[in-house]
Amino acid sequence: MESDKFSRKSFLKLGAVAAGAVAALNSIPFVLNAQEGPMCGGETVTLLSSDGKLVHVDKKSLKLSSMSKAEETNALKIRARKGIEGRKWVAVIDLARCKHALACQKSCNKNHYIPGDRQWLNVYEMQDSKETAPYWMPKTCFHCDRPPCVAVCPVDATFKREDGIVLIDNERCIGCRFCMAACPYSTRVFNWGEPEYHKELEGVVYDPEQGLPRKKGTVEKCDFCPEMLREGKLPHCAEACPNGVYFFGDLNEDTVTNGSETFRFSQLIKDRAGYRYMEEVGTEPNVYYLPAVNRLVPFDETDKHLDDKTEETHHH
Amino acid sequence: MNTLTSINELTQDLQPRKFGLRGQLWTTLLVLIVLNGLVSYYFQLRDGLSVTAMSNYVSWGIYISNFVFFVAISLVGSLISAILKLSNAKWSIPLTRIAEIIAVANIMFAGLIIIVDMGRPDRILNLFIYGRIQSPIVWDVLVVSTYLAISILLLYIPLLPDLALLRDKMKDIPKWQHQLYKILSLGWTGSEAQYKILHKSVNGLAIVIIPVALGIHTVTSWLFASTLRGGWNSTNFGPYFVAGAFVVGAAGVISLMYIARRYYKLERYLTDDIFDKMGKLLVMLSLVYTYFTINEYLTPAFKMMEGERSLIQDLFVGGFAPMFWGVQIFGVLIPVLVMLFKKGRKPLPLFIVANMVIVGAWFKRYLIVIPTLFHPYLPAIKQNGVPSAIHYFPTWNEWSITIASLAGSMLVITILFRYLPFISMWEIAEEQHLEPDPINPMVEKSKNL
Repeated sequence: MESDKFSRKSFLKLGAVAAGAVAALNSIPFVLNAQEGPMCGGETVTLLSSDGKLVHVDKKSLKLSSMSKAEETNALKIRARKGIEGRKWVAVIDLARCKHALACQKSCNKNHYIPGDRQWLNVYEMQDSKETAPYWMPKTCFHCDRPPCVAVCPVDATFKREDGIVLIDNERCIGCRFCMAACPYSTRVFNWGEPEYHKELEGVVYDPEQGLPRKKGTVEKCDFCPEMLREGKLPHCAEACPNGVYFFGDLNEDTVTNGSETFRFSQLIKDRAGYRYMEEVGTEPNVYYLPAVNRLVPFDETDKHLDDKTEETHHH
Repeated sequence: MNTLTSINELTQDLQPRKFGLRGQLWTTLLVLIVLNGLVSYYFQLRDGLSVTAMSNYVSWGIYISNFVFFVAISLVGSLISAILKLSNAKWSIPLTRIAEIIAVANIMFAGLIIIVDMGRPDRILNLFIYGRIQSPIVWDVLVVSTYLAISILLLYIPLLPDLALLRDKMKDIPKWQHQLYKILSLGWTGSEAQYKILHKSVNGLAIVIIPVALGIHTVTSWLFASTLRGGWNSTNFGPYFVAGAFVVGAAGVISLMYIARRYYKLERYLTDDIFDKMGKLLVMLSLVYTYFTINEYLTPAFKMMEGERSLIQDLFVGGFAPMFWGVQIFGVLIPVLVMLFKKGRKPLPLFIVANMVIVGAWFKRYLIVIPTLFHPYLPAIKQNGVPSAIHYFPTWNEWSITIASLAGSMLVITILFRYLPFISMWEIAEEQHLEPDPINPMVEKSKNL
């Protein structure tokens, strides 16, 4: 390896074992090239070698996997299809708080490198009927329990995970766009052309949990940021929102939080008359809305300038 | 046809002939259009579907509507060679092969154009590796390929005696052509046993193809009807598509038989009477189709439910109204009115209205696919000041590929017309009880069946 003082005689190749075990453990599939030998004083970790011995290895001598890119992607794909064990993700969007600040969308676009021709997250101007009050409706993917997109996919490229998230494998998608037609919420967007170049994404191994790097001719959409959830963080939209509109949480724990406030999910829905959008289409969304009552800021005083150019109002 | 006296005369009339200048120009034109489409497809492969006008809202465009058109027109094979045949309508015998040629050429291009629509045509094998039987697309792949296979058999098997006839009778043809007939006729000798197998298998296929034919268009309609979208969310869609398909298919046969009759001077075979009957058939099919059209639009328009309302307004009185009413008036109403009169069912007027029906049917498919996508449940407000109106008008790339696919199917038809007898010689001989031909015993045998 790097230095002469490390002998090479007992070079442990934990590669395949680690890859399998690690993928199953749902953690990041690093593969280790470690050495036995004199420790250089730093932190050590205990590992199981392929012949069943416990070995202590210097943390510094752990190297990133020697897996090929394809093997790494494969491990990531297995992880992405399985989901985060024991979880059932849910979002609650408080319409009363939304002031159309669009920080959510900006953060989403930035962190997912979303090009200008599409949005994973939209904030719609809604008015259910002529006489009813208008309101802003942020809309993510609803990660439906009966997802029509998944039902129509001919190749199982889009799938429903144990933790409720609907994801896409952009390396399997054939680009038929049936899922886009099937989604009643116009959530899905398409890589019509060659993806934009981003220096940061160079050499990055494709991971369906991030949908990056983008793949030409395939479908993408809001993914609830599984990479953030894995780290115990909130998705980018919730982190960025200055008004605490977005609550995320785990149905199994019956808890949702927007970062500063935490509620019992069931209690919140009960107290605030939470509902799901277009219940009548039977898709069973995992995104709940709290009605836009007692708004902190009246609708017409909110930042509407961005929409002045587009006069469209949706009559629900 | 009563002037036909011998199999020789029949062969003389119906054997493939070299194209004249017009035929060559026509073929060249088609080849050029196809080449132009291939160039456009190259650009699409290179740059992705961004060369089309499709967008995240209007995510299906004329490739898909053109696909539906191809599937529709190909249905005629089963109408003529199965339904009419099994119902013993002898008058349609000269049309069987024309209908099968239309079926094969168009279902082929249905398959091709759907590949053109794919964002990742390079991953087409995923359909077989990861195919989910639950997806209507997989049903469509299965049923379209089955239909293609049966249609090819229904075209090919009844060709065997004719190919043998060409092999034996056509002397002044290039060697490769002779060789082709020899290979394709599979050593047909015209024995009684062979005819028995031929009749048996053709009858069997004619029965099998009816449910498959209904299947291709019903399943194609389900690609739309299985979604939660206004205008597509319809239980009427299967039969509506099937009815519309018979209309355009019958019109396609009329159009082609008129051209064949004019070009090859086949008045003896493609008689005024056949045109008259096809005209009547087309009227009946159009009326059935109209019945389904009324079903499709009247009840939603009566209720004006959310999700249908804006679409129906758009079709009836909005931006799509000229096309919608144009299709109803020029593609259905006027043709039916013309064909109600005996004079309107003469070859020339019938040819004209049949072409109106075909063009109308193409635009009808456009109206089925695109307007619905203009009216999603959630609005098209794009943020950040980007103009947000949903719009779609096919780009030059889309037009040139689409036109090339239509030209391609016509090219296949043209080539088949050039090298195959497009009217089944042995079936005519059988039906006419022609005098046996001393040098061609096969017809003698067939006569005795």
